[in-house]
Amino acid sequence: MASGARREVLGRIRAALADRPSPEPVVRDYDTCRAVDDAVGLFAERVADYRATVTWVGAGELPAAIAAALRARSARAMLGPPDLPGDWRVPDVEWHLDEPPLVVERLDSCDGVLTGCAIAISETGTIVLDAGATQGRRVLTLVPDYHLCVVGADQVVVSVPEALARLDPVRPLTFISGPSATSDIELDRVEGVHGPRTLDVLLVPTAGT
Amino acid sequence: MGTGGVTWLGTPAFPEAARAALSDTQLRANLHKATSTIRGKRAGAVAELPDWERLRRAGEAIKDDVLAQLDGYLEQLEAAVTARGGVVHWARDADEANAIVLRLAREAGTDEVVKVKSLATDEIELNEALAAGGVPAVETDLAELIVQLGRDRPSHLLVPAIHRNRAEIRDLFRREMPDAPADLSDEPRALAEAARAHLRRKFLSARVAVSGANFAVADTGSIVVVESEGNGRMCLTLPQTLITVMGVEKLVPSWRDLEVFLQLLPRSSTAERMNPYTSIWTGVTPGDGPREFHLVLLDNGRTDTLADAVGRQALRCIRCSACLNVCPVYERTGGQAYGSVYPGPIGAILSPQLLGDFHDEQAASLPYASSLCGACFEVCPVRIDIPEVLVHLRGKAVEAKGSRSPEALAMSALGWVMAGPRRFEAAQRLGGLAGAVGGGTIHRLPWPGSKWTAARDAPAPAREPFRAWWRRTRG
Repeated sequence: MASGARREVLGRIRAALADRPSPEPVVRDYDTCRAVDDAVGLFAERVADYRATVTWVGAGELPAAIAAALRARSARAMLGPPDLPGDWRVPDVEWHLDEPPLVVERLDSCDGVLTGCAIAISETGTIVLDAGATQGRRVLTLVPDYHLCVVGADQVVVSVPEALARLDPVRPLTFISGPSATSDIELDRVEGVHGPRTLDVLLVPTAGT
Repeated sequence: MGTGGVTWLGTPAFPEAARAALSDTQLRANLHKATSTIRGKRAGAVAELPDWERLRRAGEAIKDDVLAQLDGYLEQLEAAVTARGGVVHWARDADEANAIVLRLAREAGTDEVVKVKSLATDEIELNEALAAGGVPAVETDLAELIVQLGRDRPSHLLVPAIHRNRAEIRDLFRREMPDAPADLSDEPRALAEAARAHLRRKFLSARVAVSGANFAVADTGSIVVVESEGNGRMCLTLPQTLITVMGVEKLVPSWRDLEVFLQLLPRSSTAERMNPYTSIWTGVTPGDGPREFHLVLLDNGRTDTLADAVGRQALRCIRCSACLNVCPVYERTGGQAYGSVYPGPIGAILSPQLLGDFHDEQAASLPYASSLCGACFEVCPVRIDIPEVLVHLRGKAVEAKGSRSPEALAMSALGWVMAGPRRFEAAQRLGGLAGAVGGGTIHRLPWPGSKWTAARDAPAPAREPFRAWWRRTRG
């Protein structure tokens, strides 16, 4: 019986702890934030270490940068979340927005996906998606082979602790550090397995641009 | 009580299995290359964080707190997962866990499940149980796929196919993967591409996925899966039903605690600043991902391990595999010699405890699979004192053999000799005579000393015992 298993496992735990261990208190003397001179520059550098590309984009230049990136990747059919900003939907590209939700065959037939992000982490070169504004559901950034991601400099934090403090744990979260990769052959990292094999990042001054 | 596949039936005791592995020169070359590469990289990734030692201590303390209040944290996790639309199941052992997963898969009306790499499900031999129940499981992690296609055994926690090099993997794919290109090269990139093509259809049509969990957050009910390839994300988001099997110890108390482990784990395991993908979800999110989420909480020997005040620290393990990569024994024998899904130093203390039977010759041999050099403790991100537990478990193994075992007899004889100065000196003089025979080391002693020299050299005793020398020069 299921409830029997629950009662028994909890009972075994209580019996196992009969010696009432009193562990040392948790001391959080590690760095919860670290000062760096140029957090955004460090983010760009660390993303590039994963063999993703990073392009700095000035205010007002985002649509042109999106068009250039899609041209360079020969991406003609693109996915986007339902709230993809109008000026991100550059012309001469077939846009498929996820509303109503697209079937998986459609996701699979597109060349790529364009999204924003929730936050980004400098030290680890990580982009975090939380299914919030300009991101959509998790599967959008997974099935297509190419992910073009817009990151605002104001979304960049330095460390992992700073990032977690800003995130809402009950939202579905995806931490992305470079394109999909594997270390399964001779423990050596190779990019490109099941997730997007290409990741391009456009760095804009603020996420709202 | 069934303990599933913690150790593999029919595996010989470690010394015998190691002897076979040591004579495989290809295996030794593959292991040396992989472990020496990762050792260098890990050192670099760790050196980048000035607070690494403080993170390790925090990781240790958080996990000790989890273990000390495990019952309460599990109840908290259950309540949080249930409140967010998930269903929590409890399993006392492997058979019970396997039966739960099989029933859920059948109820979802599927004839196949896709799987994310998970040690807990390897431990309970879930794949075998599902296949026997008519619902085969497809491994989607590249290394697990290599092991599954080769009908092989895993040899590393993180990279189960570490014992195979690129050429061997290419040959396997050509042989066992019907859709692999005929001119497949042994470039890792080409091999990864072949796996991508092979699994694509499975992912897009899968209805049920089975995963493990790297962490579960007690206060929010959030589950964390850390991976590289994206196969994890495929399994966690595409199917309608997700079943996660998790050892009861894989908890952290609160959301904030992840700030420690999401730094410790990637740098310790793949030596990366961060692994490519980390997925975190809480129960069910309408319109995003699976509509049904089941969490199976697995005991299978963990509560017995918890009862041992010295041995319980093994339950702090976050399965990073850093201890394997630095271990001189593991580097030479490989993982399969340990005869368990948990190889290497951590396996040598975890497997026998989960099995809980020191009368089992194979399990009882594992705590001896070490030179006690301590490299494992130095790299462990949660500071498990593996040498301490190894010595403790050796004591249990000797105890289980009873008072007439060679070790027990030798130790009690030694105790008698050392208890009296005269007896001690007489014994030393005897030893000194043997030393007169020759050189600095003795390669082979007569029985029962041969038990010792089968695996090591014995130093030749000094010609003159220290006590005699002291008397002669200072007396």
